[in-house]
Amino acid sequence: MGELSVNHLLGIKYITKEDVDLIFETADHFKEVINRPIKKVPSLRDITIANLFFENSTRTRLSFELAEKRLSADVVNFSAASSSVKKGETLIDTVNNILSMKVDMVVMRHPNPGAGVFLSQHVNASIVNAGDGAHEHPTQALLDSYSIREKLDEVAGKNVVIVGDILHSRVALSNIFALKLQGANVKVCGPKTLIPKHIEKLGVEVETNLRKALEWCDVANMLRVQNERMDISYFPTTREYVQQFGLNKNLLDSLDKEITIMHPGPINRGVEITSDVADSDHAIILDQVQNGVAVRMAVIYLLASKIKQ
Amino acid sequence: MSQKILLSAKEIEIILHRLACQLIENHQNFEETVLVGIQPRGIFLAERIQQILQNEYKIPEVKTGRLDITFYRDDFRRSEKPLEANKTKIDFLVEDKRVVFIDDVLYTGRSIRSALTAIQSFGRPKEIELLTLIDRRFSRHLPIQPDYNGRQVDAINEEKVKVNWVENAGEDCVYLVNK
Repeated sequence: MGELSVNHLLGIKYITKEDVDLIFETADHFKEVINRPIKKVPSLRDITIANLFFENSTRTRLSFELAEKRLSADVVNFSAASSSVKKGETLIDTVNNILSMKVDMVVMRHPNPGAGVFLSQHVNASIVNAGDGAHEHPTQALLDSYSIREKLDEVAGKNVVIVGDILHSRVALSNIFALKLQGANVKVCGPKTLIPKHIEKLGVEVETNLRKALEWCDVANMLRVQNERMDISYFPTTREYVQQFGLNKNLLDSLDKEITIMHPGPINRGVEITSDVADSDHAIILDQVQNGVAVRMAVIYLLASKIKQ
Repeated sequence: MSQKILLSAKEIEIILHRLACQLIENHQNFEETVLVGIQPRGIFLAERIQQILQNEYKIPEVKTGRLDITFYRDDFRRSEKPLEANKTKIDFLVEDKRVVFIDDVLYTGRSIRSALTAIQSFGRPKEIELLTLIDRRFSRHLPIQPDYNGRQVDAINEEKVKVNWVENAGEDCVYLVNK
């Protein structure tokens, strides 16, 4: 077991295949740990981590906090809604104030793309990007790949389709980087208005017919329609979106093969995916959530091991 | 670098049988006892002892697990090399059991200190004992001593005790290596 090639996890595009393998191998050990009667190890007892969430999150924030606590790190939480950011403090000032209280690592979610990279250049702490605008969400992509690896043994050579709002989705971009890095074949599927121009340059194919995409794939990752990021109307009505890009039981049953269904959450039941599909055996949505804690433990552990005494 | 043989395959075999007999003396039929090999190198010794107990002394079942102590070590971020984790495989409860830790070499005692913490994640054992093949006495950092011991060795810090098993190195042999 080696060490990561990076001191921060800012995005999948900054890490290597070896890094991904190392994270997964380490996550295997932590997955065993979190299934013990006592789900805690003392590795990070001298590390303090600040979770800075400048944007709302339930799942990611809880998952990071649990991962940190199961490694015995000290954790401080911060949300922008109740902070001095409202009084006009800059990002660097906010973070430097927190770091002066001897914090070693920062997990940050921010609405602006590149916020993590910017911060890593200006402050002296390990940064983990927990989502920066429509840019990257590396730990989500890692846990998605980890879940595919767990379900189908490997990621290389698998056909994965990412369905839905690709344009506003950091999950999509990080997943494309992660899947391509591991040798999977990737298609994106959604209304043309929600697929960024020139996305083919990332090595993915575009498919606008959901049935064709599903017939091709081993895994379908259904993304949420991010209404909160839509400044204009990208499709006529939700009803029309559901008819063309919603995944339901009839459509799934009409395929002559079994596919694995993933969703990064939160689910809009009845929009991108119907309840009977989300709750079926094909869906590994709750496995993704469990794996999220193990993968985040691995990322934090490996980054912490590079923090000098 | 020079090395000399501390224990040959024949000597190791005799010692393993003696250790097995000493265990039987204290644990009889092993109904309330579990063996736990400490990763990475204690697992070979643990499995050898298990086989001898089951095959040659006809003890019906000796439960044996593997414990990885990486995440419990006290040199995280202090050691120069990255710490390498191994698999933990303990598919039984240690609650109220008599646990025997098994490791190849007892040196500073720090691994065993970590193992004492790690095993608590699997319940509260009734008691914990320690079995080692080689005890490097006079080099302990902590007040930890073996209950069952293969051979005591006086080695200086510049020397290294290397234990080879058929399973990982193709031969059973213990060397004293001069770095």
